[in-house]
Amino acid sequence: MNHNSTRPVGPLVIDIENITKDYVMGEEIVRALRGVSLQIHRNEYIAIMGPSGSGKSTLMNMLGCLDTPTSGRYEFNGRNVAEMDDDELAAIRNREIGFVFQTFNLLPRSTSLRNVELPLIYAGIDPETREEMAVRVLDEVGLGDRMNHKPNELSGGQRQRVAVARALVNNPSIILVTHERDIAAHARRTVHLRDGLIETDHAGFIPEVDLVALDRP
Amino acid sequence: MKRFLYELNESWRIAVAQMRSNMTRSALTALGVIIGIIAVTLMGTAVNGISIGFDNSMSVLGDDVLYVTQWPWKQVDDWWNYRDRKKIKTEYAETLNRMIERTPNSNLVVAVPTSSLFRSIKYGGNSVDNVFVLGTTSDFIVTSTIDCKEGRFFSDTESRGGASVVVIGYDVADALFPSENPIDKSVLINGQLFKVIGVNSRQGTFLGLFSWDSMVALPLGAFNKYFSSKSESDVRVKVKDKRKLAEAKDELTGLMRRVRGLQPEVKDDFSVNEQQAFKSTLDPVKNSIAVAGLFITGLSLFVGAIGIMNITFVSVKERTKEIGTRKALGARRRTILLQFLIESTALCLLGGFIGLTLAYLMCFGIEKAFPSFPIHFSLGLVFASMTVSVATGLISGFAPAWTASRLDPVVALRYE
Ligand SMILES: Nc1ncnc2c1ncn2[C@@H]1O[C@H](COP(=O)(O)OP(=O)(O)OP(=O)(O)O)[C@@H](O)[C@H]1O
Repeated sequence: MNHNSTRPVGPLVIDIENITKDYVMGEEIVRALRGVSLQIHRNEYIAIMGPSGSGKSTLMNMLGCLDTPTSGRYEFNGRNVAEMDDDELAAIRNREIGFVFQTFNLLPRSTSLRNVELPLIYAGIDPETREEMAVRVLDEVGLGDRMNHKPNELSGGQRQRVAVARALVNNPSIILVTHERDIAAHARRTVHLRDGLIETDHAGFIPEVDLVALDRP
Repeated sequence: MKRFLYELNESWRIAVAQMRSNMTRSALTALGVIIGIIAVTLMGTAVNGISIGFDNSMSVLGDDVLYVTQWPWKQVDDWWNYRDRKKIKTEYAETLNRMIERTPNSNLVVAVPTSSLFRSIKYGGNSVDNVFVLGTTSDFIVTSTIDCKEGRFFSDTESRGGASVVVIGYDVADALFPSENPIDKSVLINGQLFKVIGVNSRQGTFLGLFSWDSMVALPLGAFNKYFSSKSESDVRVKVKDKRKLAEAKDELTGLMRRVRGLQPEVKDDFSVNEQQAFKSTLDPVKNSIAVAGLFITGLSLFVGAIGIMNITFVSVKERTKEIGTRKALGARRRTILLQFLIESTALCLLGGFIGLTLAYLMCFGIEKAFPSFPIHFSLGLVFASMTVSVATGLISGFAPAWTASRLDPVVALRYE
């Protein structure tokens, strides 16, 4: 395996060793991940690329603690994720992981402020602190004047910034952004997947030239 | 704990927002609960009314009075054992009173004889059939809740002398004297003239159970003189302290055995009854009315609950992606469960509140239109139906909420 994560820029956050994920479809078993090992440190900026069906989403689900691997070891900040139950995973997601979904997944009937407050509610933070934190992050992404707007009153870019603010508000250890080529283009490390295995792991952003035409990173 | 409160608050806000944004749908669903609550509440008021009516009728008997009768006041399987008992005679009362006087610290106060039969009563062109005619002594008022609206009950002298006077019930007075004052008028009972000296205040009738409103009372002497024939007699005895009813009952039984001259080994050939015995035969009737009524109306609430369940399932389905998002952001199973439970409960509470208000107005209308209809709205009922609404919400929301809380976040997020 090509493992040249060149700059360990901080302490180890994600430590994955030989994880697999099987999906059972009736008789057939789909092996979405077939033994992936990956270390990610604080302050790294990684793009995970690969052709359609190579297992990117499956890996993302693992990294985001939305799902647990079939086998293998996964430690998040030194805690064994592979054996956690649903509510423990929820707590990890709440405190350690920020998601920016491709379609943003904002709650349509809530204002920007309330959307950003949501993770804080689940974290059990009191209303005043909650609002303070949410306002601060919204200011940071330049939406200080759109706090009481609902998603359908915002432009696409503004919605994306609300989604980013929501991902940032809990001060997570890692932020996962799905299907964003523009963001991936600035990555300083690129992991290429193919058929459920890591094919290459390079420093810098290296689009898969031969696959660009088909690629849907 | 704090987190729970924040989540609760958040869920509540979502529930309200959800109801607002789906006005029509929520209203239609709540309608089922509204109808259910109206039905159950109205039935509740009726059951309440029936129960109060029963108690009212029962209070005629008095809870501190014992009744010496030939037949016991309960269902008996060996009726043949009672059939041949000697009749209770009104004279026993005097004997008993003498005995009571001689007993120091007796638990009994006074024995009052009563004889009764049904006769028709006439005054001028008006007549009432099948009136319960009671012959008794002036002591009767001690044992009864009776009180006179006009005039008075007959005196000791009238009672002893067998005067031809009568005290009539409210309904009897109403029927015979629609536009006159009955006092001092003479009514005809069994071809004999009796002067009306008192009219009882209204007691209220209920399902044809005893009520003073359709009875008349006259001195026992006169009663025996004019209609001695087939009357039923018994003796009622006032008890000093109703908390010592059992002792009083034993004492009375002892006295009656002496009156009858029974040897120790002979069984009682009379029965001593109290209101409670009657109550315990009537209570099952009352309860089955209540159970049957509430069960039938409960069905309509059940239909409403199914509506709520259905809409909550729809809501879960529609918002699968939202559930996924919430889970990704850290909502735990309990949080999601709570959210949907609160939604269904809020809907039920809303329906319950509207239903209760409507039921209250209906009750008010019914009371105004038919004053005699047994219906009774109480605070307890308000509380009960609100509890029922909440319970309906929780029960009907549980299955969908549980489904939602169990959703796999990966699957939910991918749902379109
Ligand atoms: N829930 C599932 N049940 C069965 N098979 C699944 C499931 N999810 C993913 N797979 C299979 O696992 C493999 C990897 O899927 P994955 O979604 O991770 O690929 P991907 O790299 O994200 O693809 P794309 O870029 O097209 O989204 C695919 O063959 C897919 O069919």
